[in-house]
Amino acid sequence: MNQALKDLGEFIASGLPEAVQRAELIGDELVVTARAAAVTDVLSFLRDDSSCQFKVLVDLCGVDYPERAERFEIVYNLLSLRHNQRVRVKVSVGENTPVPTAIGVFHAAGWYEREAWDLYGIPFSDHPDLRRLLTDYGFEGHPMRKDFPLTGRVEVRYDETQKRVVYDPVSLTQEFRSFDFLSPWEGMNQVLPGDEKAKAESDEVGD
Amino acid sequence: MSEVAIKNLTLNFGPQHPAAHGVLRLVLEMDGEVVERADPHIGLLHRGTEKLIEHKTYLQAVPYFDRLDYVAPMSQEHAFALATERLLGLEVPERGQYIRVLFCEISRILNHILNVTTYALDVGAMTPLLWGFEEREFLMEFYERVSGARLHAAYFRPGGVHRDMPAGLADDIAGFIESFPKFLDDMESLLTENRIFKQRTVDIGVISVNEANDWGLTGPVLRASGAAWDLRKAQPYDVYDRMDFDIPIGKTGDCYARYLVRVAEMRESLRIMSQCLEQMPEGPVSSQQHKITPPSRADMKRSMEALIHHFKLYTEGYHVPAGETYTAVEAPKGEFGVYLVSDGTNKPYRCKIRAPGFAFLQALDKMSRGHMLGDVPALIGSLDIVFGEIDR
Repeated sequence: MNQALKDLGEFIASGLPEAVQRAELIGDELVVTARAAAVTDVLSFLRDDSSCQFKVLVDLCGVDYPERAERFEIVYNLLSLRHNQRVRVKVSVGENTPVPTAIGVFHAAGWYEREAWDLYGIPFSDHPDLRRLLTDYGFEGHPMRKDFPLTGRVEVRYDETQKRVVYDPVSLTQEFRSFDFLSPWEGMNQVLPGDEKAKAESDEVGD
Repeated sequence: MSEVAIKNLTLNFGPQHPAAHGVLRLVLEMDGEVVERADPHIGLLHRGTEKLIEHKTYLQAVPYFDRLDYVAPMSQEHAFALATERLLGLEVPERGQYIRVLFCEISRILNHILNVTTYALDVGAMTPLLWGFEEREFLMEFYERVSGARLHAAYFRPGGVHRDMPAGLADDIAGFIESFPKFLDDMESLLTENRIFKQRTVDIGVISVNEANDWGLTGPVLRASGAAWDLRKAQPYDVYDRMDFDIPIGKTGDCYARYLVRVAEMRESLRIMSQCLEQMPEGPVSSQQHKITPPSRADMKRSMEALIHHFKLYTEGYHVPAGETYTAVEAPKGEFGVYLVSDGTNKPYRCKIRAPGFAFLQALDKMSRGHMLGDVPALIGSLDIVFGEIDR
């Protein structure tokens, strides 16, 4: 299975040398990294080529990496019923660069792209209906971004005087508690004061 | 007579409508009584599950999966547990795998009873619902006996299942397997050849295999169109590869075929359940690597190490090596997948939940065009829509 996926990855990379940047196995899963502008070419190649036949777009989602230059990653998960294989296509995009929509290749992409737009603010060019999908009517911001607070920015309440539901800025009676459980003993890279001596001593013993 | 241009009527279906199976607001553009365009507005049950999971440890994320498709909670947990185990490189003991498969099939029956009977209610038959909920109650009792909760079980955890089955449960499940076909026969005698039921469902919302693939439809909806595709067979997980069962498929791809497929799947589930009970070995139910699963209470009384493991597990959790995986299971509704990205800490960096119902509802527009308004509830019922998983 692994060898077959590896061969398939090489085949895809050689079939589209300009669009595909990398094809690799992560775990047991084939991941193809492509250039954002050429993503529809990659997807239609994967769908139509007889040795790929990835006819189902199972999932499409965004991932946010704020520290990267191109902040977002869009992940397309494809499935081939014919060959019983999966492939994942990833493209990196910046905050304001639109990505060509995949609707022309897979109809299923429509809502998934709306969701990615809604939650991450990734614009898709030529999408026929790029409205918000999951959040409230009139919602502001893109909630799945890493810099969006977990508690949100507004809260709703029923206002007795206006006889309707109104939005207020979030006020927390108790501060949001985020515990830092990352153990200093496992993630430690810096040298604790005094530790450098132990290293020097063991070197001396070794000599 | 000169032709008069008639303005299309826009009709709001829901968000509070008994046939919408939850909080679905469906904006229908009608030409007389014919649907021209359907625009589902979803998100009324959006709870930000994916965002919350990013702020919780892997173990704390498990209960959120119960609350997605709350009709068959354990199937969702299964996908998350498998994804985490894949990242951890963790093996689950055999007994744990058998228990998981057993309860996945119980979940499948739970789901299909609810779907088939409420679907019948939508198109005018009330009795199957009343009978079916009695059977569901037995199944939820099994849930309760094994996990302590009727619905939100949090029973499948990364590394296995939380506890072993209590004494006597296996016998009672065997008793259920004996008695349940009687209910199925009774229900089928009410519905399968029922003239009204067939009038409402045959040739409604026909979808071909190619269209189903294009729209990302999976599960019973895809199988009703004639594709013998089931992840339990194609990409088996846990001990499904040892199970002997068939994949029922439909021929017509309409609402009626989807009903037939679900009924047949319930019978197959019973077969899998009885095989599980037969083959289930003795032994531990969860991984014995106590950095991932809790140590036993008895050990904690004597062993310092077990006590430390317990404390660390329930405060910090465990660190999952950096990596990513897309792991999918055949949930009752279709392919339920979890795309999990780990950055090496104790919390998932990204957890995308791929719910089968999301794709179904997207295809509702395509399926309902040209049908009558009265067919829309039949379509929604046959697609098996639950808002917990669509809105997340």
